[in-house]
Amino acid sequence: MFRRPHYIALSLVVLLVLIILNLPNQTATQIKLALGGLFLPLFGLTGSGQNLLEKAGNALIPRRHLLQQIDQLRAENEQWRVQAMQSAPLWQENNRLRQALAWPKQTPWQRKLGRVVLRDPANWWRTLQIDLGGRDGVVTNQPVLTADGLVGRIDQVGQRHSRVVLIGDPNCRIAALVAETRDSGMIVPASSGVLDESLVNLTYLPNRSAIKPGQKVITSGLDGIFPNGIAIGQIVDTNSVGFGLYTEARVKLSANLRHLEEVWVLFP
Amino acid sequence: MNWLSTIALLMAAYLSVFAEAFCSGVRQMLGAQIDLLPALMVYVGLSGGLTVLTLLAVLGGLCFDAFSANPLGISVLPLFTTGLLIYCNRELILRDQPYAQFVLGLGASAVVPFLTVLSLLGAGEQPLLGWGSLWQWLVMASGGAVLTPVCFNVFDRFNRALTYPVAAESTFRADREIKRGRS
Repeated sequence: MFRRPHYIALSLVVLLVLIILNLPNQTATQIKLALGGLFLPLFGLTGSGQNLLEKAGNALIPRRHLLQQIDQLRAENEQWRVQAMQSAPLWQENNRLRQALAWPKQTPWQRKLGRVVLRDPANWWRTLQIDLGGRDGVVTNQPVLTADGLVGRIDQVGQRHSRVVLIGDPNCRIAALVAETRDSGMIVPASSGVLDESLVNLTYLPNRSAIKPGQKVITSGLDGIFPNGIAIGQIVDTNSVGFGLYTEARVKLSANLRHLEEVWVLFP
Repeated sequence: MNWLSTIALLMAAYLSVFAEAFCSGVRQMLGAQIDLLPALMVYVGLSGGLTVLTLLAVLGGLCFDAFSANPLGISVLPLFTTGLLIYCNRELILRDQPYAQFVLGLGASAVVPFLTVLSLLGAGEQPLLGWGSLWQWLVMASGGAVLTPVCFNVFDRFNRALTYPVAAESTFRADREIKRGRS
């Protein structure tokens, strides 16, 4: 069945694969980014196509509908301004107390909006690419979120694009806590999460914790990557694992990972 | 297979990898993304040479890994071995039968992700696997099976458009000619 040329070709391919797999991480990442650069014309084409479609769609929206939306946004804006006015003294008071107790001062989050351009073509990873890169000041391990909650973290940074590892990917583990009980654990992929991207597990919770469905899960900041207090999701159910050693809870994510179009990258 | 067909095949691989990363409609509908590279490997395995097969496996695999969180190069060997197995047995396969194309597409689209996941596990990676992965595997295999006859149809038409048709051979043979008359 196999002849000499087949063996030669097979050996060459095996050798090439072994060389590539054994490249240093940084070199492999650079080659990946260079290969991704080959697709820049397609990125440009799809970007202009989307812009054209958006413009065409905008031209079709009736004026009355737009005016209604403006009114609604004005009302919302007023509400937010009142809320900001109310919270400003609290913020100042918090800073004063922190200063008095010599606690580190909290700084407001700086963020940049990025557009989701690609998703991982492999079914066994949960990553996506955004159109912010090194030239925008993005570095690895920066948190990525939407208005609803945490999405993931920056994994690889190119000049114009970055890869984001989403919550639920085996390479994205997050220190989290239940807001009501302050029990802390770790967010890991759920076994049922292969098809349902909205579910993850909160594991290593203490055994006697009073966790109930509906309670909020937020980042604890203990991992040194994510600042504390970012919403992750809500408890769905709990079960005891490891012969009663610890409790594990299923968490429904606040952010909809299936329909991400724009995300915020947090800057320190 | 001429050089234009080779370029067309490599372009198809390039575009298909981009489309898989860009379009998430199938993923949202069925819960898994369909891969076109195994279907292209089946076509090249039955219609192309060893060089085209190698080029497609290496370039297609590297482009796929560039967009994915896979370690670079991990998809090359599964694609190449699948293509090589088909290439070595191509005399035994009824290339023009859509049924054969469908079955080969089904097999290749099932084997390639399976071998890739095995390679990932062997390389110490922890891909996201569970019972839902079986459904994803089924979707990938069925999608690849449906796309393989489409690939054959498109590329055969493309080849016919770019190459001269094969002239029908005459049954006349000069050495068998019966010459009448004297001399």
